[in-house]
Parts: sequence; C-alpha cells; structure tokens
Amino acid sequence: MKVNETIIRDMYLSMKKIRAFETTAMNVFAEGKIPGFVHLYIGEEAVATGVCSHLRDDDYITSTHRGHGHIIAKGGDLKYMMAELFGKSTGYCKGKGGSMHIADASKGILGANGIVGAGHNISVGAGLSAKYRGTDQVCVCFFGDASTNQGTFHESLNLASIWKLPVIFVCENNNYGISMSQERHQAIRNVADRGAAYGIPGITVDGNDVFAVAEAAEEAVKRARSGLGPTLLECKTYRHRGHFEGDPGSYKPAEEQAEWLEKDPINRLVSYMKENDVLTEEGIRELDAAIDSEIEAAVKFALESPDPELFRAVEDIYDNITEEVRVR
Amino acid sequence: MKKMTYGEAIREGMSIRMREDKDVLVFGEDVGAFGGCFGVTAGMFQEFGEERVRDTPISEGVIIGCAVGAAATGLKPIAELMFIDFLTVGMDQLVNQAAKMRYMFGGHISLPMVVRLPAGGGVSAAAQHSQSLEAWLTHVPGLKVVYPSTPQDALGLMLSAIDDKDPVMFIEHKAMYAQKGEVKDFVPIPLGVGEIKRKGSDVTIIATGKMVHEALAAAAELEKDGISCEVLDPRTLYPLDKELIRTSLEKTHRVVIVSEENKRGGYGGEISAMISEEYFDLLDAPIARVGALNTPIPFAVCLEQYVLPNAKDVVNAVKGIL
Repeated sequence: MKVNETIIRDMYLSMKKIRAFETTAMNVFAEGKIPGFVHLYIGEEAVATGVCSHLRDDDYITSTHRGHGHIIAKGGDLKYMMAELFGKSTGYCKGKGGSMHIADASKGILGANGIVGAGHNISVGAGLSAKYRGTDQVCVCFFGDASTNQGTFHESLNLASIWKLPVIFVCENNNYGISMSQERHQAIRNVADRGAAYGIPGITVDGNDVFAVAEAAEEAVKRARSGLGPTLLECKTYRHRGHFEGDPGSYKPAEEQAEWLEKDPINRLVSYMKENDVLTEEGIRELDAAIDSEIEAAVKFALESPDPELFRAVEDIYDNITEEVRVR
Repeated sequence: MKKMTYGEAIREGMSIRMREDKDVLVFGEDVGAFGGCFGVTAGMFQEFGEERVRDTPISEGVIIGCAVGAAATGLKPIAELMFIDFLTVGMDQLVNQAAKMRYMFGGHISLPMVVRLPAGGGVSAAAQHSQSLEAWLTHVPGLKVVYPSTPQDALGLMLSAIDDKDPVMFIEHKAMYAQKGEVKDFVPIPLGVGEIKRKGSDVTIIATGKMVHEALAAAAELEKDGISCEVLDPRTLYPLDKELIRTSLEKTHRVVIVSEENKRGGYGGEISAMISEEYFDLLDAPIARVGALNTPIPFAVCLEQYVLPNAKDVVNAVKGIL
C-alpha cells in the first residue's frame, strides 16, 4: 500500500480522535455524568482506522459493544455520539440506544451491538444486499476474539463463503473475552487459522501497526469488491482498559500490560511521523488542539441538549404504531 | 375467483410481489429446486432463479440475521424457517436484533422483512416440530405477527407483510397447506384487521389459525341446539383488532377464546386479559379459554389428538358460559 502524507495525517486524526473521545467518555463516566455501561476502545485504534481507511461512505460496517472507535473511523459525528452516551434527545438514537447501540444508516453504520457475535449474521445480510443489487459495496464486520466461539461466527463465515459475499470479517484479537484470556477460551493462537475451515483467506497482522492493518485491509476490500468473497482478517491488539469502565482488569498480568503499552498504536504512528518528517511536533499539536476542541464541543452539545420527552418512549417501535403511554 | 390451497396462496402472495419488485427475495432451507419442505415455494426457483430463491445451509441464526442485514440495507427479504420450532436456534437475531433495531437506533432504520413460520400440530411431528409459539412472538415489542386461517387471508396478508416496513412474523399452520379455498381478491389485507368468519348473536368465539375451522365446526354443531355463535378471526395477532372484538362483544356479551397453544402463558390469555381489563362491562359471563394441554406435543396419533384442542372442546366451552 502506498501511503502519503495526507493518508498518514488522516490516520493520525482518526486514531487520536478515537483516543480523545474515549478518554473523555472515561472521565465523564467516572464523574457519574453518563449512565449504563461504557466499553472503551483505547489501545485498539489502529484496527478501525486502518480498515476504514479503505471504505467509502456507502460501504457498511457492523460493530460491537466496544463500538465507538468503529463509528468514529467510519465517519460518525462526535456530537451525536456524545449526546447518545448522555442519553439525550439529540443523540444518534434519541437517547433510546446508548453507547452500545449507536448506528448511522447514512454512513453505512449498521449499529454497535450489545450481543456478542450478533454482527456476524447481520454483516452477511448486508453483503448479500450489496451483491444482489449488483453494487461493489462491501461490509466490514468487526468483532472480538471471544465472539469467534459463538455459533454465529461459524454460520456467517460459512454462508458468506459459499455465496462469495463481499464481507471482510475483522477480528480484533485483544486477547480477552471479558476476563477470559484467549489461551483459556480457545485452543488456537491465531483466529485467522479458522479461515481454512471456510475455504477463505485467513490473515493475521499486527493490529497496533496501522499501516499493517491498512495494507491487509486493502487487499481484503479489493477481493470483496471484485466478487472474490470474504476474508478473515485478524488484528492482534490489546485493550488498555477493563472490559467495561469499572472493571479494574486485574486478570491482566502487569508485565503483559506494560509490554502492550509499549506497543501503543498512536505512539508508534507518532514516532513514524517524526522519523519520516511527515508532521512536526508543532503540526501534531495543531491537530491535537483541533481534536480537543471538537470533543469539547461534543460534550457541550451533549450537556446542553434536552432529555428526551417521556412520551417518546413509546415511539419508534414500529413504522406505523405508537404504543400506549403511561397514565399517572 | 380462483380455487387454491393455503400453500399455493402463500406462494402466490410472494410471487405477485416478486414479479413487481426486484428487491423481494426468498431464502431458507431447501426452498430452491427442492421447493421447500412443505412445497410452498415449489416452482418459484424456476420462475425467479437461484439469485432470488436461495437455498441456505441449515443455519437458522444466519437465515434470520441475513434477513436483518439485507432489510437494513434496502432489500425486502422473505426468510423461511422450516418449522417455527427452529426459531429457538435463531432467537437472538429475531428478538435482540430484528425486533429492536428500529427502536435502539432511534427510528432511523427500517426492517421490511418477513419470516415464514410453519407452526402447529396434528401431523404426528412430535414435540420439536409441532409447537404453537404465538406468545413468544407477540410478547416482543417490535414484531408484527400474522396467522392466516384461509387461502384468501394467506394471500392478502402475505402481500401486506411484504409491503410492511417492520419485521412481520408470518405463522402458517402446516396441517392447512393442502386445504383449498376460494380466492377472489389479489390485494393486500391490512395488518391489524380481523374478520367475522361467521355471524352470530349469542357467543363470540375468537379463534386463530387452524382453530378458526374448529370454531366454525363447533358453531355449526351448536346451531343445532339453537345457539348462535359469532366466529371472529383476528388474522393479525399483533396489532390486534380490538375494535372488532369490542363490536362483537357489544352484541353477544359472551366470549370463548380458542388457540392451539398450550394454555399456560399463551396469547389467548393475553386476549382474555385485554377483554377483562377493557371490556369487562360488556360481559355477561366469565371468559372461557380453549387451548392445548400444558404438555409437549406427543407423537402417537391418539395422544396428540387428546392434547390438542378441537371443536368438541369449543362446544363444551360455549355451553359452559351460557
């Protein structure tokens, strides 16, 4: 893959935006300003960024409970995301979905998902749709290592393979399914090995190297667009935080954490940029400042937005039916 | 006017829309050249081709999930499950995905999809191929549920189900596929509109699916004793035609609810609760319910017949509240 300054700059912007959004979400959650659960993508930014660098607005993605990064990389609007985290009426889902259910049909984002492995099946449907309509759209299905033990993984890779659907199955192998490490939850080290079972390419890359991810994704997207079918792309990465905020992650050995912090994907990209004179220290500061003000504006938007009106709870269940309201 | 079977009417409903709208496609286990386990899609593969009438592997989860993804991205898929019982294998995609996506996403995504679900007993298919799972489906906000009892209704409801922008669960009674009936209208029957299948003045019998025919048989029997029964078929379980039920009760003031489900937790109970909460003043007698016994469906013919409700049970129930 040929990279130029614009591409690298865009990659940095995407990764840093994800990091900044997640750090802010972490802080406002800790301050008790947002309810529910938050699953942060910190440490995995290179995966969504590298893969989505090859996607168009009309391509699809399915996401997971740890979905903020995918949505940002696919072009989601930080204001509407943040407002949704706050449960406000101006959020992507009008406050009905929250962190785990953000979707944006206009950007092909078919939703974060609270059910581990559910996106596998949905991505196959989106792939069928693209192929059936004769477009060259693709669908990227993001999922974690632990979801590959769900039946949906098997069903979906099998069907996508026999129908040669334009789906790229991107496994973010962060080595944990909540508290259970990969060596405890499956007997193989590389999820990509499972590609062989479906007669499709299975590729493992360093998921903290945004260029490696982007290069592998480019090939997989090209395959999908040209009708050659799905690819299983495994990106080895690590989540810096717990499964959700509030999980101290005590099951992760200290040495392992230190080792992966060394491999932080953003620091690696920054080193690359400095070594190769892509961006100066000052250039980076300018980009960071722009991201910070976008995040600040998103938080302000969320804080100033109204709560949903209560009667809205009975809307949007059906296209043409509004359920009864509560009478008090 | 045309005579066709219940199965042919379902096929005709699908085919009418497929001829007009390329976005409509069918997939499921053995629906292609094989024609479907019950022959409902027979000939469609030849007419529409393998792209539009697609065989899937035996993977109920991804059959439903594939419909979800396809519907979310512009198609109007019709997914066939071979038996409603196999829903258990794909329940996440139905309950947590299909039913909830519009709501969770703030109304921004529509899922115009139909899931065809052969249900019910009476063919010695035993406990894993004979269930009536209406209550599971009607319980879930976000799903619409229809259950035709005649070829005419099957055709008209199929057209509406395909046209609808929400996931529609299309329950078909497998023992009725060969049942013939007149079909004169080839237009949609709106969801949520029931029909009086027989007019009467003494008792309203609300029945669904194949039980409509048991209710009609019971009504004919009761007529001999001078008892006039009105047989009301809601046709759509959700949204339910409450107005039609009210109008009928204003005339009869008595109601028997007949469903093939085993009684405990069945949708018949929901209709009963609704009537007692909202139309209690119209009632002159307690509500009676007829359903299957609270057992799995047994295999032996005599046992299955014993467990499932029939016209005689309806006759007894009606006499019990007069």
